Formats: sequence, C-alpha cells, structure tokens
Amino acid sequence: MNRVDRRSEAGAPDEQEWVERLRAGDEAAYAALVRMHAGRLLAVARRMLRTEEDARDALQEAFLQAFRGIDRFEGGARLSTWLHRILVNACLMRLRTRSRRPEGAIDELLPAFYEDGHRIDPGPPWRSEGADLVEQRELATLVRGAIDRLPEIYRNVLLLRDIEGLDTEETARLLDVKGDTVKVRLHRARQALRALLAPHFTGETP
Amino acid sequence: MKPRMLTCQELIEFLAAYVEGELSAEERARFDLHLSVCPHCVDYVHGYRESIRLGKAAFADVEEAPEELVDAILAARNRS
Repeated sequence: MNRVDRRSEAGAPDEQEWVERLRAGDEAAYAALVRMHAGRLLAVARRMLRTEEDARDALQEAFLQAFRGIDRFEGGARLSTWLHRILVNACLMRLRTRSRRPEGAIDELLPAFYEDGHRIDPGPPWRSEGADLVEQRELATLVRGAIDRLPEIYRNVLLLRDIEGLDTEETARLLDVKGDTVKVRLHRARQALRALLAPHFTGETP
Repeated sequence: MKPRMLTCQELIEFLAAYVEGELSAEERARFDLHLSVCPHCVDYVHGYRESIRLGKAAFADVEEAPEELVDAILAARNRS
C-alpha cells in the first residue's frame, strides 16, 4: 500500500459510481476528480521533476492519459493509486528525456572500509538535535537539495520508495529494472543522502 | 559454535534489510551483537534512519494546485 492509499478520501463519492460517471464522459465528475487530486499529484510531480513547468506539464499529461484511459481502469486499485501511477510514469518519461548525471558520482559518498571490514574515517557522531537548530522550512530545503544532488538513478529510487512509499516490486516495474537492483540503489542512495546531510548534523562545517 | 562477529562493512551492507525488518531472528541477533560493541556503527545506523525520516519530512507538505492550472487541465481535456 502506498502513501496515496493511506490518505483518507472520506467524503468522496462511491468510487465505482464515480468511475462510471467518468466513463460516461460526465464533465462534472472529471472536474471534481481533477480538483480532488491535483494538489497532491502536483506535489508528487514537483518532487520528481526539477522545474515547475515540467511538473505542471506532467500533471496535465497524466490527467489527460487518465481521462483517455478510464476504460482500462480496473476496480482492483483505487482511483488515487491509479492516478498516482500514471503521474509517476509521466514524470519518469520526462526524466528519461533529460540528461543524466554520471552514476560514478555517488561512490565518494559511500563509506569506505579497511581490509578487515572496519570503516575508514567514521567521522564525528550524528547529533539529531542539529535539526532543532534549523528552521523547519530551511531544513526541508536543505534535505531536498541533498536529494537533488544524487545521481538520477539513485534519486528516482529514493523518491519512489522512501518518499512516494511504493514497494520494491512496483518501483522495479516502473523503472524497468529488477527488484534486487532497486534494493541496491535504494541502500546506496540512503547512504549517500546520509553523507550529504551528515555535515549539518555532526557539528562539522558544511 | 559461536557465530563470528559481523564486521562494520558487513553490517552496513545489510543495513537496508535491517531497517526494513527483513533479517531473520538469527541475523538480527548478530546485527544487534555488533551494535552492542561498536559505537561507530550505532551512529551510522542512527544517521541512516534519520536521513530516511528527514527525506520523508522534507516532502510532507501538500500544496493546493493553482486554480489556473486546474483550469488548464480541464480545458485540455475539452480540446482532446
């Protein structure tokens, strides 16, 4: 179950009835669908894409695809989950057309070890109270900036798994890679993120 | 026979499975045994968990879609 699923849709009309109205071309139902989900989906697109223009275009594209493909919607998933998947796909398609950062750039952010398995230069301890020293908004900007510095293939996995809450299998399907690849990339991405954030939480000068 | 102590490298290699709760009871016990004697790895695990938490928190805000964007989406549908 992903993050979208967990959000309440209390007060929403019966989903099956809604789908039938959409299939019948009911404009009011479509407008309500857009209004109900646009904010949440725009936030997803903004997370995945680097410019506001791209995020808005992807959102528009996703709604059009949903409208055209409503006959293919299967009752097994929720509408919110289905829309989320369409949008994530639209974002990934856009990312694939953009230039990628070199994969090797992440290696220097991963821990290094001596031959006996001990870590080389563990660095100063992480102090979580560092987070309290920074305004929440500033902290969010800092963390988003760090995630943005990750090479694309790692950033995408981190966003889909840890931020969007998709499971390994779904992430693998969307990225067209194996589940084990998702696991390896996620672990490397988290380690790199830790390394990028550490200077702000260890008292070192960033 | 007493199991060999994990090295720091092995611990970090299996850290994702540890935080996801995917290790067997025996593997977890070996993990915890290493953590009981290695403050560097305790710190590494803490920072790793914190990075995941901070990532989620940094994107937790849900914003409203601007009205003009909603209008553009509805207009695009009518043109299609």
